[in-house]
Amino acid sequence: MSTTEIERQWTTRLRKRVAGKLPPEKLLPDTQPSYVSSWIYVFGVTTLSAMIVVIVTGCVLALRGPQWWHGSSFGHFVNSLHLWSVEIFFFAMVVHLWGKFFMGAWRGGRSLTWMTGVITFLASVATAFTGYASQSNFDSQWITTQAKDGINATGAGSFFNVLNLGQMLMWHIVLLPLAAVVLTALHVLLVRIKGVVPPYEENAGEAQ
Amino acid sequence: MALFSYLAALVPLNNYGHYLHWHFIYLSVANLIVILLMVATFVAALLLPFPGRNRRKESQ
Repeated sequence: MSTTEIERQWTTRLRKRVAGKLPPEKLLPDTQPSYVSSWIYVFGVTTLSAMIVVIVTGCVLALRGPQWWHGSSFGHFVNSLHLWSVEIFFFAMVVHLWGKFFMGAWRGGRSLTWMTGVITFLASVATAFTGYASQSNFDSQWITTQAKDGINATGAGSFFNVLNLGQMLMWHIVLLPLAAVVLTALHVLLVRIKGVVPPYEENAGEAQ
Repeated sequence: MALFSYLAALVPLNNYGHYLHWHFIYLSVANLIVILLMVATFVAALLLPFPGRNRRKESQ
């Protein structure tokens, strides 16, 4: 195979493009700018850490099933870990959102980073809602019977039936976590490519 | 375990929840507490000094 042919291969072009956009030293940097030395910058990674705990505990719950998480002490414990890591996940994500909003984190060509964060937030709300709907207890029955009128009023009830436990469980453990994880990965990669947004006074020239 | 029992007794969780209703705003006291904690965390994150901040600035 000639050099020209190798250069024209899609694998070569993709590798060069990825390496150009995100070299290893940018993907895993050794240092951060001085303005990152503030507590307000820790909530993104706190959200990410809580998400990892959510996924791991969710996997344990999936292994053992509802009878285990409703009927045994350790099942209750893992179920509670799943719930409280979600609480921390949303808590940290909201503080992260406020911080980035007041920093104007979409500046300097970071609009896609901001928008992937917004969509991840919406996907996470939907994931949490379907989680409440698939607890398989009286709480989930109450939530879904209350929610069905609202969902039906939007017209989405024809394909998203909150009273269908199987459908809610599949959305909760397959579709929505997949969306949340892919969007989060994209969000983090964009942060690595574009860098952490500087405070207003640091980049008066860079701001859009 | 006794400590947990005392702590649980401070906040009775088996009663009906408390709600605040003001015009169209209707939210539970529990949610209000979480919102206030988020605001307090946000303000604390802005005001509290970050460990090693001055050291980093000096080294640059």
